[in-house]
Amino acid sequence: MYTFSYVKAKSLQHAGELLAANEEAKLLAGGMTLIPTLKARLARPTHVVDVGDLPELAGIEVKGDKLVVGAGVRHRDVATSDVVRKAIPALSELANVIGDPQVRNRGTIGGSVANNDPAADYPAAVLGLGATVMTGKREIAADDFFQGMFATALAADEIIVRVAFPIPKRAAYCKFPHPASGYAMAGVFVAETAQGVRVAVTGAGPGVFRWREAEAALGKSMNAAALEKLAVDAGSLNEDFHATREYRANLVAVMAKRAVAKIAGK
Amino acid sequence: MAKVEITVNGVKQSREVEDRTLLVDVLRDGLGLTGTHIGCDTSQCGCCTVHMNGLAVKSCTVLAAQANGADIVTIEGMAKNGQLHPIQQAFTECHGLQCGFCTPGMIMAVAGLLKDNPHPTDEEIYHGLEGNLCRCTGYINIVKAVKRSAELLGGKGH
Repeated sequence: MYTFSYVKAKSLQHAGELLAANEEAKLLAGGMTLIPTLKARLARPTHVVDVGDLPELAGIEVKGDKLVVGAGVRHRDVATSDVVRKAIPALSELANVIGDPQVRNRGTIGGSVANNDPAADYPAAVLGLGATVMTGKREIAADDFFQGMFATALAADEIIVRVAFPIPKRAAYCKFPHPASGYAMAGVFVAETAQGVRVAVTGAGPGVFRWREAEAALGKSMNAAALEKLAVDAGSLNEDFHATREYRANLVAVMAKRAVAKIAGK
Repeated sequence: MAKVEITVNGVKQSREVEDRTLLVDVLRDGLGLTGTHIGCDTSQCGCCTVHMNGLAVKSCTVLAAQANGADIVTIEGMAKNGQLHPIQQAFTECHGLQCGFCTPGMIMAVAGLLKDNPHPTDEEIYHGLEGNLCRCTGYINIVKAVKRSAELLGGKGH
């Protein structure tokens, strides 16, 4: 690691001031991505601003027709929360398959969403449920928030405070994890919402995306057979030493069908 | 520099460290607690697992400064009064190791798993130990050791 100054933020406002005053500062919450990145010398922040324990980023609650999760809430807490299990069981199931137990004990939803790793799980739920990302400054719809590989609508000094998930009628998430890293080779979140069916795909492309053809087909019939003739365009997917783009396209279809089968059982 | 005050295995400790210092380095180099191993140093293998405020964490992926004020338990804190912890006893009985390098982290991860789920099924054990790699055993005897630990702990989990 290169040297940096560690600063524990006293409040959200303090964290914002530190980010505004130091162009090369980085936020630290659980650190499950940032610390490995620092160790690999892939980042060289002047300041690491710790927001991991800020009370302003804590809490899980149902507010009207939404489940609101504080950005500092750890994966373990989403996975085991009775409130989440009751409101959106698919979200607690998703949180329970992120990384491994030690990662889930530290990593936070805000960190995962802000990082927007193309193979992370949470972006699929945020986009699949049509959630709203609430920062200290504004509210950003999921459809506008994710902007491709590691890119989001966040300004450099903007901090995610909570994520508000509209409670769907039914939803499910299925992923094919890479056997070593646990990251999604393809993960598909399917949700039947008040505004219609949404299908979000992570792991397969350069960033999370909606599979619109599947949404239209499932809107007519929430049945795995409805996806039978559909395929995502392999040309737009990732190819690396883990898998070809054609293999990933196949995985997306298989994971989508499994998610639909899971939904049908709910 | 960061001042780090932590309780390790029940003893209060205080160290001045560089801001970039990792928790595992404070434990090993600062306090001489070399039972916590560094395997991969990239958050994959789980050899460095310790408990921080009751939860299993990979100490190679926690800054010492983040642990300020925390209660840490390492493998050295498991045996009490010369008596092996039931999980250590179970790993011995079931031969849940060969070279032993992963064992301290494995035991701390098992302790975390059993706290949450005192009687895990095989599937739950696989899922619960996903963050720990063993290159010798093929995990068969580790899974046996987890089940034996659950018996020895009598459903209490810890």
